[in-house]
Amino acid sequence: MTSEELINHIIERFPEAGLECLVDKGQAAANVPVEQLEEFLKVMKDTPEFGFDLFMDITAVDWLERKPRFDVVYHLYSTEHNHRLRIKVGVKEDQQVPSSALLWMVANPMEREVWDMYGIKFTGHPNLKRILLYEEFKGFPLRKDYPYNKQQPLLEDTWPVRDSQERMDERGIHRP
Amino acid sequence: MRWQIKEKPPYQNALDRVLGWGRKYSIFMYPFVTACCGMEYMSVATAHYDIDRFGAGLPRFSPRQADVLMMVGTLNHKLSPVLLRIWEQMAEPKWCISFGACASVGGPYDNYAVVQGIDRIVPVDIYLPGCPPRPETVIDGLMKLQDKIQNQKQELFWKSKNRDV
Ligand code: SF4
Repeated sequence: MTSEELINHIIERFPEAGLECLVDKGQAAANVPVEQLEEFLKVMKDTPEFGFDLFMDITAVDWLERKPRFDVVYHLYSTEHNHRLRIKVGVKEDQQVPSSALLWMVANPMEREVWDMYGIKFTGHPNLKRILLYEEFKGFPLRKDYPYNKQQPLLEDTWPVRDSQERMDERGIHRP
Repeated sequence: MRWQIKEKPPYQNALDRVLGWGRKYSIFMYPFVTACCGMEYMSVATAHYDIDRFGAGLPRFSPRQADVLMMVGTLNHKLSPVLLRIWEQMAEPKWCISFGACASVGGPYDNYAVVQGIDRIVPVDIYLPGCPPRPETVIDGLMKLQDKIQNQKQELFWKSKNRDV
């Protein structure tokens, strides 16, 4: 199915919903409100004419000053029909997104990554905790208001540079 | 700043010199490879550059059998306890080489994840510059380390502070 046909099919299937479907940069794209997301993804997966069986990616964008603040972006692919769909969901800072981990197994670790980096919560996710960072980490590093080089070391500086100088002195090595 | 050995330390006795000669030609490296510098490390380890000339041809993949910790690549905060643990598992005498810009100062990454230099975690003897260092740099660093080992006060196991550990 080409992108235009896919968009027309989606509009036929969801005539009255608040979706915004268009072909953007040569790819079918849909802006879906959070409330309808769960049903929308279910239809995309289970209806044979769409047949999106491959969950390629989920990520987020932080617009900081925009309302709603975040965009959660889904990329779906159908191995059967060879078509793709990009879904954008606007999310407010304290809003939760329905999890798709029960529809596509692979969404499980990807949603954990989004939680890890952006702090967006997914309702119904079986195991929503940090995946790349460590549990002691405070804050969400890919949010625009996180200072870009703020570090949260796991270890104290156990061997500061001073200490290797001491070792050098011990061994009789002199700096010029 | 490059360290230099100006003169022989006066307190290096004959035993130190003999031990130093032995130790500098039997370097067993533990490569702790985390990132792209690993490619350069591999090319150094091939027959073309032949670091067996320096007695460093056999990497040991267990820290307990190694003398030199080679930190090759980027170190993240999440991995830093592992590096410290490996360093503590190595038996004295031991040395550490920081391979590449990332390991030395954090390299191009100044962000939430990367440790800005492994000398915050373990004491480093040789810093190799470059992103990644050329094999010649590595060999140069290896020879500097040999100088350092030859001219240092040798650690003797019966005098070691950590003997009971
Ligand atoms: S110094 Fe350069 S080549 Fe080496 S690990 Fe860092 S980025 Fe990669």
